[in-house]
Amino acid sequence: MHALTPTRLSLALAAAGVAVIALLAAPQGLEAQGMEDDNPAVLWSMRGEELWATPVGPKQATLEDCDLGLGPGVLHGAYAQLPRYFEDSGKVEDLESRIVTCRMTLQGMSREQAEAGHFSATGEDSDMEAVVTYVVEQSQGIPMNAPSDHPAEQAAYAMGKEFFYFRSGPHDFGCVTCHSQDGLRIRLQALPNLAKPGGAAETYPSWPAYRVSQGTVRSMQHRLSDCLRQQRLPPVAYNSDLLIALTSYLAQESKGAPITAPGLKR
Amino acid sequence: MGSPMRIRAASDGEMIEVKVLMRHEMETGRRKGPDGELVPALYINAVTADYEGKRVFNGHWGPAVSKNPFLSFRFKGAAGGKVTVTWTDISGDTRTDEATVS
Repeated sequence: MHALTPTRLSLALAAAGVAVIALLAAPQGLEAQGMEDDNPAVLWSMRGEELWATPVGPKQATLEDCDLGLGPGVLHGAYAQLPRYFEDSGKVEDLESRIVTCRMTLQGMSREQAEAGHFSATGEDSDMEAVVTYVVEQSQGIPMNAPSDHPAEQAAYAMGKEFFYFRSGPHDFGCVTCHSQDGLRIRLQALPNLAKPGGAAETYPSWPAYRVSQGTVRSMQHRLSDCLRQQRLPPVAYNSDLLIALTSYLAQESKGAPITAPGLKR
Repeated sequence: MGSPMRIRAASDGEMIEVKVLMRHEMETGRRKGPDGELVPALYINAVTADYEGKRVFNGHWGPAVSKNPFLSFRFKGAAGGKVTVTWTDISGDTRTDEATVS
């Protein structure tokens, strides 16, 4: 963990571009301010808005009737109450798995089609990343309020919490290995302490986020999958119970914290 | 033809502040792809902005500008007019969008 000396800073500035300069020059508490004018996530949101209302799939339907928990088509505040239990699917779903469910039920896609391209790769945009950004943006400023009344929601929380503290893999790593101390960084990005009370609330509401280093918006499931990859664990399936359980744990721990996502991260 | 830009323009009565986000890969031509070969350069090298038909910004950019660049500039003017921003990259691809100054 190095301090950011003037030399390092100017080197970083010289190597980086306009957007990064704006990012480093921004005042402290960048992530607490929500989407600023210089956050390229806006471009994802614009595309997501279009995709939301574009008829696709065997049924040539849009996503406009998708029920994210507050009723069909209600987006305002929807992200604040996810993940939650859904009667129709009989499962706890986060935003991404819920969009997949809507793609399958409303648009008639197979699971494979609905999950295709869920993370973008070089030269391949992800529709999921754009749609997620659009939906999340509609909850900016609204306090997190993921429900914990249903037994399935409590079970997901418990499983997520257990996994958070569970050490495994060739390096005997758990989430807790990196995320239980204050003031740590990984390169230039702050490493949140998720083990203390209120720790998740400081960072969960700022995801999904535009990653300057990757040039794209990354969803919560991408963040978690990448953490598990860094722990040298086997790849986890998209929308797997594990990822939704971890999301449920962090979301419920963040209760009351206003959503600032889409965030801007290095 | 590139993806749409996001342009915001606001006047405080005296100055207009324009903020533009562009969607572009901005390949420098120095980066290697997964196959170990250099990825060909592809970056925006010309940006212009017009306000009510008058050129108010003219930029020559190079490969050091970041992917999905953010541009902000100010000029004298009042609300109501239209700002038109155009970028052109080295392949000749171009994109124009406009916004009304609020």
